[in-house]
Amino acid sequence: MNGAPGEAAPAIRAQNIRKTFGPVVANSRASLDVALGEIHAVVGENGAGKSTLMRMLAGIFPPDDGQVEVGGRDVTGWSTRDAIAAGVGMVHQHFMLVPTLTVAENLILGQELKRGVTLDHRAAEAAVTALGERTGLVVEPRRLVADLSVGQAQRVEILKVLYRGANILILDEPTAVLSPPEVRDFWRVLRKLKSDGGTVVLITHKLDEVMEISDTVTVMRAGETVGRLPTSEASPGAIARMMVGRDVVLAADRVALGAGHEVRDASPAAPRSSLPAPALSVRDLVVPSARRAREVDGISFDVHPGEILGIAGVEGNGQTELIEALAGLREPVSGDITLGGIQLTTLSVRERADRGLSHIPEDRHRRGLILEYTVADNLILGQQHRYSKRGVLERRHIEENAATQIRGYDIRPPNAALAARALSGGNQQKIVIAREMSRPFSVLLAAQPTRGVDVGAIEFIHAELMAARGAGKAVLLVSADLVEVLALADRVAVMYGGKIVVTVPRGQATAEGLGPYITGATRAASET
Amino acid sequence: MKEKVLPTLIALAVAAVIGDILILSFGQSPGAVYRLLLDGTWGNSYGFGQVLYKATTLAFTGLAVTLGLRAGLFNIGAEGQLAFGGFAAAMVGMWLPSAMPALLAVPLCIAAAALGGAIVGAVPGALKARFGASEVIVTIMLNFIVLAFLNWIVATKLHVGELLHTPEIRAGAVPRLASVIPAFHGSAANFIILLAIAAALVAWWYLFRTREGYELRAVGLQPPAAEYGGVKLGKIWFRALVFAGAFAGLGGTNYVLGYKQYYEEGFAAGAGFLGIAVAMVGRNHPLGVLLAALLFATLSQGGLAVNAIVPKQMVEVLTAVVIIAVAAAAPEVQRVLRTVRRPS
Amino acid sequence: MIILAFLAQTLRIATPYLLAASGGVMSERGGIIALALEGWMLVGAFCAALGAYYSGSPWIGVLSGVAGGVLAAALHAWTTIRYRADQVVVGIAINLLAVGVTRFFLRLAFDSSSNSPRVPGFDWFAGTAAAGGGSSSGLFASLINPLVFCAIVALFAVAWLLEHTPFGLRVRAVGEKPEAATSVGVGVTRVRWAAVLLGGALASLGGVFLALDQHQFTDGMTAGRGFIALAAVIFGNWQPRRIAVACVLFAAAEALQIRLQVLQALPSQFVEMIPYVLTIVALAGLVGRAAPPSALGRALE
Repeated sequence: MNGAPGEAAPAIRAQNIRKTFGPVVANSRASLDVALGEIHAVVGENGAGKSTLMRMLAGIFPPDDGQVEVGGRDVTGWSTRDAIAAGVGMVHQHFMLVPTLTVAENLILGQELKRGVTLDHRAAEAAVTALGERTGLVVEPRRLVADLSVGQAQRVEILKVLYRGANILILDEPTAVLSPPEVRDFWRVLRKLKSDGGTVVLITHKLDEVMEISDTVTVMRAGETVGRLPTSEASPGAIARMMVGRDVVLAADRVALGAGHEVRDASPAAPRSSLPAPALSVRDLVVPSARRAREVDGISFDVHPGEILGIAGVEGNGQTELIEALAGLREPVSGDITLGGIQLTTLSVRERADRGLSHIPEDRHRRGLILEYTVADNLILGQQHRYSKRGVLERRHIEENAATQIRGYDIRPPNAALAARALSGGNQQKIVIAREMSRPFSVLLAAQPTRGVDVGAIEFIHAELMAARGAGKAVLLVSADLVEVLALADRVAVMYGGKIVVTVPRGQATAEGLGPYITGATRAASET
Repeated sequence: MKEKVLPTLIALAVAAVIGDILILSFGQSPGAVYRLLLDGTWGNSYGFGQVLYKATTLAFTGLAVTLGLRAGLFNIGAEGQLAFGGFAAAMVGMWLPSAMPALLAVPLCIAAAALGGAIVGAVPGALKARFGASEVIVTIMLNFIVLAFLNWIVATKLHVGELLHTPEIRAGAVPRLASVIPAFHGSAANFIILLAIAAALVAWWYLFRTREGYELRAVGLQPPAAEYGGVKLGKIWFRALVFAGAFAGLGGTNYVLGYKQYYEEGFAAGAGFLGIAVAMVGRNHPLGVLLAALLFATLSQGGLAVNAIVPKQMVEVLTAVVIIAVAAAAPEVQRVLRTVRRPS
Repeated sequence: MIILAFLAQTLRIATPYLLAASGGVMSERGGIIALALEGWMLVGAFCAALGAYYSGSPWIGVLSGVAGGVLAAALHAWTTIRYRADQVVVGIAINLLAVGVTRFFLRLAFDSSSNSPRVPGFDWFAGTAAAGGGSSSGLFASLINPLVFCAIVALFAVAWLLEHTPFGLRVRAVGEKPEAATSVGVGVTRVRWAAVLLGGALASLGGVFLALDQHQFTDGMTAGRGFIALAAVIFGNWQPRRIAVACVLFAAAEALQIRLQVLQALPSQFVEMIPYVLTIVALAGLVGRAAPPSALGRALE
């Protein structure tokens, strides 16, 4: 593992990698150079192609084009099994653990330790303890994985990879699920692994982490590798600029938001007396998820008529839960939601909709559309009670509505009887948009409205959102795409760790200014 | 459309092949057996009357399974729902005064059957809605409970002499088809068949023309999207199983009101399970269910017709083969069609 | 003596439950719903009678019975794993198929629509029992049977297999989270096949016991025992040892009812309901929530 310095082949070298999934280009001209024994951070926004690249290194699928070398050997297109045998192990974002098995059993699954024909539980437990002592990843071997905290479960995942002999570890957003003290422990473990000669590749969005732990950083954007530099020569600002891409930054010539610039107006006390009363008002909202009791951790904000409030931030910081709680799909622990002064908290999904809440959900394939239903039937989802009389659907009314919306929103092919499944992503999203914008509403929740749609549809959807704003509607736009938020929002709020960490009016919002908030760098700086 | 019909066709082809093998194993010629089967069913009016009679019960249980499946639920309880519905109809028929005009008595008995089945369906519905208890297991277990309960009541309280059936009903009897079309003489076919056709039309109308049907199908296809559309899953689950139970319960009238005029233990044993076959082959469409009910009734009656040369149990085997083949072919057909259709 | 006879009666009733439930838990822990236990048993019973009749040996009966059960389970595995057919539908259909196939071949082999001719069983002490004359000594004699012994150890053996062998570990992983098993190179398809086939073999032994014990196959002789075994699997919360307790509990209730029949104290129909009512109660979570394997019934992409 420790070759002569200077001559040692890099641990991993990937060059000119290209990978497409159907029409989607996940990687093009992606490259990576990881030296032996270093901690290498790979950063980029959602959809920058980081995970895809890592999965090809771990042998989960082959690249379409390009070359992967490990330890100087060409291993392009190898299998997971080959990768494990060669000492390359990947820890996925979603744990691959069996919750009903113990830590020790999870460790040995697939490579069981045996005594005769039976499992050697004692040896397995000893292996957990021994690996734990060596690396600092201490977990009680006999506990069920279901009873572990997320941090402990992650340790088991890493132990599994080490048990299989990995000396090159690929970690996909390992800290996304960890609490700050767990993160600190985790850094200790990584340093220990490094000092034992291991190599670590770390995917992250969080620049504070990059600065803290890595030796080298690779920046990816839109499937491409856009930079590689030693961490000691990098600054969070510079990395953020590379991540977002200078060319797309709007109003880049304006003054970047400084850390001392206090424009946090999460409280309604900000000078907004000239504005009409808020259409949507949220106070101290706490929403749980399967993982955390406070996935949304006490959020307050207002959205006014004729305003777009954009919520930027990396996904998984509570945005999904926030929107679901507002729409009535997830029960909050505490807090108030009012729409035009009406308490929404105890109302059902339908009652909220009837009071003027429209909702473009983030996942149209799961929630937004019933894929087997026709376009016409999908165009009334959530308003079926408006299209029926005494419980009977009014077919003619439904057909007329479909014809109007298909024309008005240019849904193609213009066939109301087609199953929604048969349409392209952009046209599917137009169904959702048409449905949610063509009915009476005062507040629009738009979650990731342009995800997975083509450029033409994006422009169309943006225009629709602006039109809603112009018509005096209050729009809450949640998007992981900072460019989109900056282009559309009157005010930009950033969510991080379940909280709104900053809110900035349009004129002062820039990618550079918000980058540190989005990546948690600023918050971390103020903590330490 | 291909996706809907192809699995059924494949299944029928598989069943035909296996049927041939079974017939050959008995040393008979498949052609002769199939001819005999058709002659004994659609070939003469008695046989056809029996097919119609059997198809009537199967249409009800097929609808009961279909309604559940459309809401994403497996109703395996049609067996118990049917028996309880028939029992309820018999109870009301025994209790009503014999002087009561049929125009009043028949609807009352029919309503009792629907209510009886609905009550049995409500149990798994409520447990699913309230506790998320698997409706598959609850309906299976409930079948045994209901049948044991009815068995106890009939054996201890209501039996006639040594026989395991209740006394005859005094009011509510439904005339045989033979009373209008003499050719059906001797067959059990009766006017409940009209109720079955009406039930299929109502089920179709409910599923595809009402708001609740729209919501029910949404729950069956994509629960998260239905929730987003303001539908409460528990409410739909409960209703679907109550209605399914009612449909199965109505099936009990075919025997109790239309044929024997009493409740007898095991009067339609197996019809509930066959309802699964009917729903699968009818591809969960009420009108498909009517056709599939005719198919399985033909097989069942045809088994009797060919019994002289091959065991009638052959049709039980073929029925099961059809179910398995449809179940196995449906995901495969879907997968293959999706890959073929995908451009490039 | 009465107590002893009661225990013997319980054991005799419990034997097919224990065997079928051990097959059921095997299959379900691997992620395949064991709705066809009844069918596997029935095919096992028929094939056992067939084998024992033509060979004159109960041991050949056992072998052919197990072969039949495995074959039925193979059809189950093939359609649900290879073709991803709905497990509930296939389970129900295999039960119907088993009824039809056994009846058909009953006609074909023995030209009867109700039962097979007398077949040899394990009557190792039948002679002494006959000499003794009493019904309870006959009962004791019938318990000296290798299949009764198998039944006593079956669920403990399954527990050991699941907990202490690499295969068992993989079965548990595959039934709970197949993706995790795949990610460490465990072949989910192979493990599931093995679990279902083993389940079919074990369950068929329950049917074999019935046929050899009664010295004949009769139409539909399993009479819902497969579903009682399934109820025991659920009521026992998919834990083999607790399932064994559930089987014995259900059997004891029946034995008690037979004892009390003379007194007319409790209608047999209500005793029959006990396993089913308890299972529904357990499913509703009224007495500690039943927790099935997470991937039960889910086909793999």
